[in-house]
Amino acid sequence: MGIFASRFYSRLVIIIPYAWLLLFFLAPFFIVFRISLSTTAIAIPPYEPVFSLADGWSGFWEKASTFSFDNYGYLTDDPLYFNAYLSSVVIAGISTFLMLLIAYPIAYGMAQAPRTIRPTLLMLVILPFWTSFLIRVYSWIAILKPEGLLNQLLLSLRIIDSPLIILNTSTAVYIGIVYSYLPFMVLPLYSSLEKMDGTLIEAAQDLGCTPIRAFWRVTFPLSLPGVIAGCMLVFIPAVGEFVIPDLLGGSQTLMIGKTLWNEFNANRDWPVSSAVATILLLILVIPIVFFQNAQAKAEERGR
Amino acid sequence: MLRWTRFNIISVVLGFAFLYLPIVLLVVFSFNESKLVTVWGGFSTKWYVSLLSNQGLLDAAWVTIRVGLLSATLATILGTMAALTLVRFTRFRGRMLFSGMIYAPLVMPDVITGLSLLLLFVAIGFDRGFWTITLAHTTLTMCFVAVVVQSRLLSFDQSIEEAAQDLGAPPVRTFFEITLPIISPAVFSGWILAFTLSLDDLVIASFTSGPGATTLPMKIYSQVRLGVTPEINAVCTILIAIVTVGVICASIITKRREVQRERDERAAAATA
Repeated sequence: MGIFASRFYSRLVIIIPYAWLLLFFLAPFFIVFRISLSTTAIAIPPYEPVFSLADGWSGFWEKASTFSFDNYGYLTDDPLYFNAYLSSVVIAGISTFLMLLIAYPIAYGMAQAPRTIRPTLLMLVILPFWTSFLIRVYSWIAILKPEGLLNQLLLSLRIIDSPLIILNTSTAVYIGIVYSYLPFMVLPLYSSLEKMDGTLIEAAQDLGCTPIRAFWRVTFPLSLPGVIAGCMLVFIPAVGEFVIPDLLGGSQTLMIGKTLWNEFNANRDWPVSSAVATILLLILVIPIVFFQNAQAKAEERGR
Repeated sequence: MLRWTRFNIISVVLGFAFLYLPIVLLVVFSFNESKLVTVWGGFSTKWYVSLLSNQGLLDAAWVTIRVGLLSATLATILGTMAALTLVRFTRFRGRMLFSGMIYAPLVMPDVITGLSLLLLFVAIGFDRGFWTITLAHTTLTMCFVAVVVQSRLLSFDQSIEEAAQDLGAPPVRTFFEITLPIISPAVFSGWILAFTLSLDDLVIASFTSGPGATTLPMKIYSQVRLGVTPEINAVCTILIAIVTVGVICASIITKRREVQRERDERAAAATA
């Protein structure tokens, strides 16, 4: 056990981050769920408390009868919420697929690049990841506006006669998501493609495989861990995306992250926004667990 | 077998053009004389000069930097401990939950993290402001630090620690004199990552902040909603410049240290 021969230090190293995450990551979800069962009130904070730890078990059962699932009923009654969940999943899904199509050739090209320039290429992919998300989304507004740079270019090249309306449409949201999350897709793809043994392709081709067949039978299956990691890394946060639909999308682009934000900040309805968050979390639990298993497996391989 | 074919070159070049063109345009138009961000009116640095008199923006920048420095430092300490836990303790009760809590925040949508932390702070009666943003950022970024440090620890040769202990060094001293210096490049890049993530965050900061604590992204966001202006482009350009210079310096330092360490190890092996 090396430096952790002492039980005291090993306990300390485990307990401090563990307790921190229990308090600041896990416990808040229970609070969200608790408040989603309460009713809105004009007060500060704006909800009727449902139960508290101070009540103990007996108090809990006493108050259990006052739990209100009204907020969830409200979510199912108003088609706005269902449509927002559905379109978030659809938009995130389509964007993830588009990103895979765009990122794969980039990652493949990088993995085939001469060894000397690979670290530089990797650095160039990572750099936008460090640059503010908000700034990168913002940079597209000036490009996509009706009198923006893209329309100016296309008009001056006489490809179009009248400006394209892209900003404040779903197209802009797709562009924004694909652009912002692309590095997250390229990196895992690159790391799985870079490790690949090139002689396998040679062997496949020597045995009479066409390059395309060799790709689908050898390269792609071997890069599957990277594909899965990349898709999860972009799909899950994209479902709950707020900044992109808010800045680039219009009023007709429904996404649940934006709905939650408005419910909270504009309507100040904490119980309903908690219910929205609870359901979003339930939708994402399966992909998150899937992602964690993939990560744990990668960690095992790294040992 | 490497095939740096024309197809590969084109896809890499097009990919990078897509990644960088919007940022380059944003930087270029921050030097625009005209108030319009899409029509070039000549070179000017007047938007940078006008930033200096924008007190609200400067205050927000100061809050952001303090939150970033503090939360990145806390996150690095907690994240390094978490990484040690993940790598060195392969079995203990609740390990599954622990690794789950490390990986889940990496993909959790910001709106959920932000809302849940806000409700926690309200429930325990914590006044919202500078400290709540700092705690929220620490929680999010420590997971990123843990992942970065973990990957370095996985290739760490534990026999060096054992040697130090055989020579009589107590565990704490072994950690600070042997383990930490060796993993320090990863710890350092974890810190940089935590700092930039904190610098960038809009959604979690908006949920967890209170009156009086406005961060730079919150300020930028409220101005962006009113429209695109060259002044915002100038702020963004400064942020991009800071991050770019920081990351490039960090990677050069890390690289140098790695090379130095390898050379030292080889020298040590040769003399042994």
